[in-house]
Amino acid sequence: MAETNRPLLEVRNLRVDFPTRRGTLVAVDDVSFEIREGEVLGVVGESGAGKSLTGSAIIGLLEPPGRIAGGEVHLAGRRIDHLPPEQLRRIRGKEIGMVFQDPLTSLNPLYKVGRQLVETLMTHTDLDEPAAREKAISLLAEVGIPSPEVRIDQYPHQFSGGMRQRVVIALALCVNPKLIIADEPTTALDVSIQAQIIGLLKRLCQEHGAAVMLITHDMGVIAETADRVAVMYAGRLAEIGEVREVIQKARHPYTHGLMGSIPMIGQEAEELKQIEGSMPRLTEIPNGCAFHPRCPQSQDRCRQDRPELRSQGTSQVACWLFDQADAGARSSTQPATPLEETG
Amino acid sequence: MSSAPLLQVENLSKHFDVSPPYLTRLLNGAGQTWLKAVEEVSFEIPRGQTFGLVGESGCGKSTVARLVVRLYEPTGGAVRFDGIDLATLNSRSSMEPIRRRVQMIFQDPYASLNPRWRVSDIIAEPIRTHRLLEDERQIRHRIAELLTQVSLSPADGLKFPHEFSGGQRQRISIARALASNPEFLVCDEPTSALDVSVQAQILNLMKKLQRELGLTYLFISHDLAVVYHISDYVGVMYLGRMVEWAETRTLFSQPRHPYTRMLLDAIPDLHLSGRARTPVAGEVPSPINPPSGCPFHPRCPYAQERCRRELPQARSTGLGQVACHAVEEQRI
Repeated sequence: MAETNRPLLEVRNLRVDFPTRRGTLVAVDDVSFEIREGEVLGVVGESGAGKSLTGSAIIGLLEPPGRIAGGEVHLAGRRIDHLPPEQLRRIRGKEIGMVFQDPLTSLNPLYKVGRQLVETLMTHTDLDEPAAREKAISLLAEVGIPSPEVRIDQYPHQFSGGMRQRVVIALALCVNPKLIIADEPTTALDVSIQAQIIGLLKRLCQEHGAAVMLITHDMGVIAETADRVAVMYAGRLAEIGEVREVIQKARHPYTHGLMGSIPMIGQEAEELKQIEGSMPRLTEIPNGCAFHPRCPQSQDRCRQDRPELRSQGTSQVACWLFDQADAGARSSTQPATPLEETG
Repeated sequence: MSSAPLLQVENLSKHFDVSPPYLTRLLNGAGQTWLKAVEEVSFEIPRGQTFGLVGESGCGKSTVARLVVRLYEPTGGAVRFDGIDLATLNSRSSMEPIRRRVQMIFQDPYASLNPRWRVSDIIAEPIRTHRLLEDERQIRHRIAELLTQVSLSPADGLKFPHEFSGGQRQRISIARALASNPEFLVCDEPTSALDVSVQAQILNLMKKLQRELGLTYLFISHDLAVVYHISDYVGVMYLGRMVEWAETRTLFSQPRHPYTRMLLDAIPDLHLSGRARTPVAGEVPSPINPPSGCPFHPRCPYAQERCRRELPQARSTGLGQVACHAVEEQRI
């Protein structure tokens, strides 16, 4: 880690809000993280945690009235969050590729898949049409589509779900972007197909040297794919760190609860650990730590002050349990802790 | 398991007519097309236990659920509930006692609750339909009891479904299913639409209710880890057929059928053991035009000539069955 060059993507204090008649809803609140070149960052959280909105905000695809209300996004040293739509459009596709959950929404049903690939290639590179078509066929072959020279002239509806997702991956990778934002790329697929797509995405990004922001609710997919993982809760980062650290030594009580609630094969347990209640709606985010009403270890301070991300080993955790200044007081008030490592 | 099984399913089949319209067929000289959604599926569930049914989308697991509660008429085979062959109950009134004893929970808690009804009316519907209680005061009392049973508050009965989160709605579905004092619940992907932390709450609730009320579950899911957690027996379906079923521990520790092995291998590894996954080639073929012989042979690493020609019959393996030539010939 002696590299001095800047990370590929830097997100600083990102805030996304939705102005409504009854006040402003903050959907992403003060989120900061970075992705290094060639790295896979997993972003997990339950529905409504703000993980997809974070992705959309980075690529400038927030649906109005959603808007970036604060913070900065830097791609390869260049600030991109305040660029006019025309310039952002050039970055999308060329420097940042995208893979969404439902391949049908990313593919135009009226275009043959070849046309979409060729169009993208011709927009972002100086290939002429025959060369772009040639490239498109080789890309389809690369993502594992059998007989690509025939398939290139077919429409999306003629492909199965897994095959469509392969086309979308080809589309995302076609001009060698530095970053791929993959939003639940395997959620709509069956397990056996999911394994194929994850393997493919991982292999291709390695070969093309692209970094990946992998947004998913599936911890299993993260464990298989990511180098680092960011856990989001109610629009905030709860914990971010190396995937092994976060999964095996979850520090934040939310991460800990989340890991415990996943049923695992081979694990003999009559009951799963459960986190009581559910994630608050955006209109009802509590004061202090957003997780405190569901947290088994919450204290007075958690109800009043919002914890900042603090370094803890190789991870960063936003939880008052890990506040150094409070360390002495904690040991007396804290019940038998379920955390494996309390710092 | 001393008593007879509560549910017995024997050679159950369901074919759907997916032919083009008659006139088109006449013009093109084409015959009828059938989709064989379920083909000769057999299994049984002992009283008070859970049978998990897994498989990928389109494998026919939801059709089995609907056949078991007789939302569909089977094309062939029999469903016996508590010894009664459902096919013999051919009138509405003779079916009614069974309807009370068998209830269903669906995947989508948004679609399965009437948005215009108050929760108390939703839960009271089975009570009123089956005339289990006549007195309104008793009904109100029972609703409060059911809401408490699923960890909601009796005051929630006055609310409408949109006021609840997905997990709370699924609790309402469960309360409604329990309202008629059923013995058997068919649960079709009850937690698939929920977040993991909420899924854990619902699974824990279902296990608690099973212990307290002695319920029997048919639990359908595509998630093997969920099925492992909740089931006593697991059946694996592929293209409308049950390729293997066994006691849960046995199936997961010693999977026999190559498809079961493949499914188990495809689960992402949370333990970070670095285990290399064997990627599975291919996709599920169309059930309208299934492959000859064993339906799994085009994707099977152990396929031989016989698998392409001949359909493997289910054979007993202790407490379960497996349908595979390779297993029978002891090649794997």
